[in-house]
Amino acid sequence: METYYKPQDLPRFGELARGNAELWDKFMAYYGAVFAEGALTEREKALIALAVAHAVQCPYCIDAYSHTCLEKGSNEEEMTEAVHVACAIRGGAALVHGVQMRSVVEKLAM
Amino acid sequence: MGATLFARADPLASAEEQRRRLGAAAPWVPFVQRMGESAMAPLRAIGVDVLQINVGKFCNQTCRHCHVDAGPERREQMSEETARLCVDVLAKNPIPTVDITGGAPELNANFRWIVEQARALGRRVIDRCNLSVLLLKPQADLAGFLAHHGVEVVASLPHYLASTTDAQRGAGAFARSIEALQLLNRLGYGVEGSSLVLTLVHNPAGAFLPPRQDALEAQYRRQLGRRHGIVFNRLYTITNLPISRFLQFLIESGNYEDYMQTLANSFNPSAASAAMCRRMISVGWDGSLYDCDFNQMLETPLRTGACRHIRDFDLSELQTRQIAMANHCYGCTAGAGSSCGGATT
Repeated sequence: METYYKPQDLPRFGELARGNAELWDKFMAYYGAVFAEGALTEREKALIALAVAHAVQCPYCIDAYSHTCLEKGSNEEEMTEAVHVACAIRGGAALVHGVQMRSVVEKLAM
Repeated sequence: MGATLFARADPLASAEEQRRRLGAAAPWVPFVQRMGESAMAPLRAIGVDVLQINVGKFCNQTCRHCHVDAGPERREQMSEETARLCVDVLAKNPIPTVDITGGAPELNANFRWIVEQARALGRRVIDRCNLSVLLLKPQADLAGFLAHHGVEVVASLPHYLASTTDAQRGAGAFARSIEALQLLNRLGYGVEGSSLVLTLVHNPAGAFLPPRQDALEAQYRRQLGRRHGIVFNRLYTITNLPISRFLQFLIESGNYEDYMQTLANSFNPSAASAAMCRRMISVGWDGSLYDCDFNQMLETPLRTGACRHIRDFDLSELQTRQIAMANHCYGCTAGAGSSCGGATT
């Protein structure tokens, strides 16, 4: 069965350099700096990345950061809570726009 | 927790079958060849600082990752005669550290005698402890014994959360571990100002490499301190080697090839140079000598000539011996390196 997403494509990410090496190098330098240990630990950043991956629903990032979180010492329990954080923010974002709905209803409805 | 491979008559209970699987043609470069390409073959010992004594395969737990296939059904136990030979070697050779492992080494009838003799000889003594053994009724005085003799406790705790620890070590293992650690803390282990050393050991609970040792130690300190009031001296991260029950887990879960490739891709020549086999000798329950506990479980003999049993121990021969290497050695040379003393680089 054909599918848009194939797990074996994730390791091919580096091929994007072939289209523009300079931009690829700049992106990867930034990416590496973002995930380096700083005020937040590598583990904390990996959990944030996992949550964001679920919020933006990138299957490549979900695959990669599920691996990375385990390799940074996290576990299923912590990672599940991170996914719920993503869910709460995505859901909350939908819900809070309901305030705009309420503004319209309050203006138009009797 | 499930029974041992031995009790299930699993083909991987055989060391020969494990060696066959590990040595089969594979996409990764054979370890010996990789070492040759790094100008590190043959690998030789550079001393014997540690006499690691495996007193037997009997254990009160059957952890999923165990490379010993230890468990309650195992009957291989070091005899009094062999224990005496080990202590004789210590008395005659300037080996500073005795590292006692198993199975659950404390459950061997000669364990306490070995500890007493080694401490009387002024050696550093390490007990590789599964923690739950300290809570067994017949071992009610064990923790006190260890403290009295200044034994360094190196205790396995794969995670600071129960779910992961229990997944690796069995239902209820985490709760028992916490209770045992609190007992050790009350005796002074891991407490600032005390000479009693408590080291925790993290083995990943799955088919992945351990994280940076210092980062994980900081996380363990925060979490164990905040949640349970537990203190300790340091954390070791130890990579799971593809041997025995962990090998069986890798194969059964479909992770074997990916895990071995990860280990091979993470080969670090610095870690190879610092491999623990270069500074230790492993003694089996029957007195046979090996380069390390992993070679012991794979029944891979020393590459020396006559010196194969503790009764023939010859320090001058052993401290410069050629190490017997095979593909499982990728486990100790991956990333930051791994050893019984944690990361090696």
